[in-house]
Amino acid sequence: MNGAEFSWLLNGVFLLLTLAWAGAALLRAWLSPEGQNVLVENLAARIGAWWAIATLLALAMLGGRGGVVVLFAVISFAALREFLTLTQKSRADHWALIAAFFVILPVQYLLVYMDWYRIYSVFIPVYAFLYLPVLSVIRGAPERFLARVGENQWGLMICVYAASHVPALLSLHIEGFESKGLLLIAFLVIIVQLTDTLQYAWSQFWGRHPVAPALSASKTWEGFVGAVASGAALGAGLWWLTPFAPAAAALMGAVITATGLFGALVMSAIKRDKGVRDWGQLVAGQGGFIDRLDGVLFAAPVFFHLVHIFWVTA
Amino acid sequence: MAIIGRMRAALTGALTGALARLVGNAIALFTRFLTAARVNWIGTEPIPRQRLYFANHTSNADFVLLWTALPAALRARTRPVAAADYWLKSRLRAFAGRDVFRAVLIDRNPETRTEDPVALMCKAVDEGASLILFPEGKRNMGPERLLAFKTGLYHFARARPEIDLVPTWLQNLNHVMPKGEVVPVPLICSVSFGAPLHLAPGEDKAAFLARAHAALLALADQVEAPDERR
Repeated sequence: MNGAEFSWLLNGVFLLLTLAWAGAALLRAWLSPEGQNVLVENLAARIGAWWAIATLLALAMLGGRGGVVVLFAVISFAALREFLTLTQKSRADHWALIAAFFVILPVQYLLVYMDWYRIYSVFIPVYAFLYLPVLSVIRGAPERFLARVGENQWGLMICVYAASHVPALLSLHIEGFESKGLLLIAFLVIIVQLTDTLQYAWSQFWGRHPVAPALSASKTWEGFVGAVASGAALGAGLWWLTPFAPAAAALMGAVITATGLFGALVMSAIKRDKGVRDWGQLVAGQGGFIDRLDGVLFAAPVFFHLVHIFWVTA
Repeated sequence: MAIIGRMRAALTGALTGALARLVGNAIALFTRFLTAARVNWIGTEPIPRQRLYFANHTSNADFVLLWTALPAALRARTRPVAAADYWLKSRLRAFAGRDVFRAVLIDRNPETRTEDPVALMCKAVDEGASLILFPEGKRNMGPERLLAFKTGLYHFARARPEIDLVPTWLQNLNHVMPKGEVVPVPLICSVSFGAPLHLAPGEDKAAFLARAHAALLALADQVEAPDERR
């Protein structure tokens, strides 16, 4: 996990975060002393969350691959809890829910740690998908059955399966890029987090046409296009972190950004359906784990597969 | 010999007390981790006043969650009102009920009981305790959101009118630990405290119980997402 890129990255990220924090503090003192400016407050909240993400990731990296796997297992647990708190369930689902939290989740991360790609890539989409409804059905209660097992599976796919592809990036075997998987995680997380904010900024200044008017007025096609362009630029600028050529890094940045943005929109629709504003209350007013990581969750498996298909040598 | 006997009794008592406190703190910590309990003080503040918290009852873990939601200083003085037949069934339960939670144990069967439940509650309050009461009288296993209240709440309110009666809504615990299950599912629970009630001058039993029932349901409406309202 050592190397010049890694220390550059670490110093760079914390320097930028310090600058961002100072900038936000100034903006706050100037525009929002009473917390009245929504834009400034939103930015300050995001920067606070970035500090937490960067600190946790840096600490986990000290523990090597095991540390990162454990960190994402814990994040998955917190996210799955937020998700399944809002889904439909009945008493008959008790053992299916227990299995989701205490069997499927740990086994998935254990498989990722042991680098058994052929099993962890199908464990939840095939085996959990087929066997969890069996646990529910042997307890009876056919009311809303499809909705119950469907929502349970959805929670597992997003909060465990998708999330586990972030630490899985560490075990990709790329020639000339051994044990530098952490840099790929940084590439993914930095681009998704920054472009989510840039989308917001683009929409605020140039946004005209909402992507999903019934869902959110603050997400516009102008914002999405601007953010994807910014993501491509960011990807090209960060190519030195990756095994990609600059043009490929730009393309990757654009794909990650688009997937993250639309993923966040999908998660918003679920929140709206369930009648909540946020997934959780990790910190008052700033939402929960899923609110902060929805884009990363969607982008992670796609990023993983693209790298796996085009850069991993058999 | 009598002195040794007394010393031994005192030592056993001190040890049981220390163990009970330790177990109590461990249970509170475990419950926090498991339920990630969100605590909403909506109609009142966590101030050291003597109170009776009355809550909906769907799970055996209900009062542990409520008890955990209170700040440590208030928790130390708050005792659940619980069924003697359940809590005295085994030595372990008796240790948990009597020593850890210091439950005010009442006999639910009017024919066999020797002490009046409301008198026992008043005695605990006179000794400085706050109380946790589930006025439905039993766990709600059906589709109804809140069962009708038993009369205990009214009789207590009449006997100790100065005590705050705080409606408390517990959310999601029936999914965490349904009746008959042993392993809990770690879903997010919430505990919401509403505005305190008191018995109004001249208010009769039916009117008071209806008002308390409505206050608890109104609190539930404030904190639950629409599709959770059954």
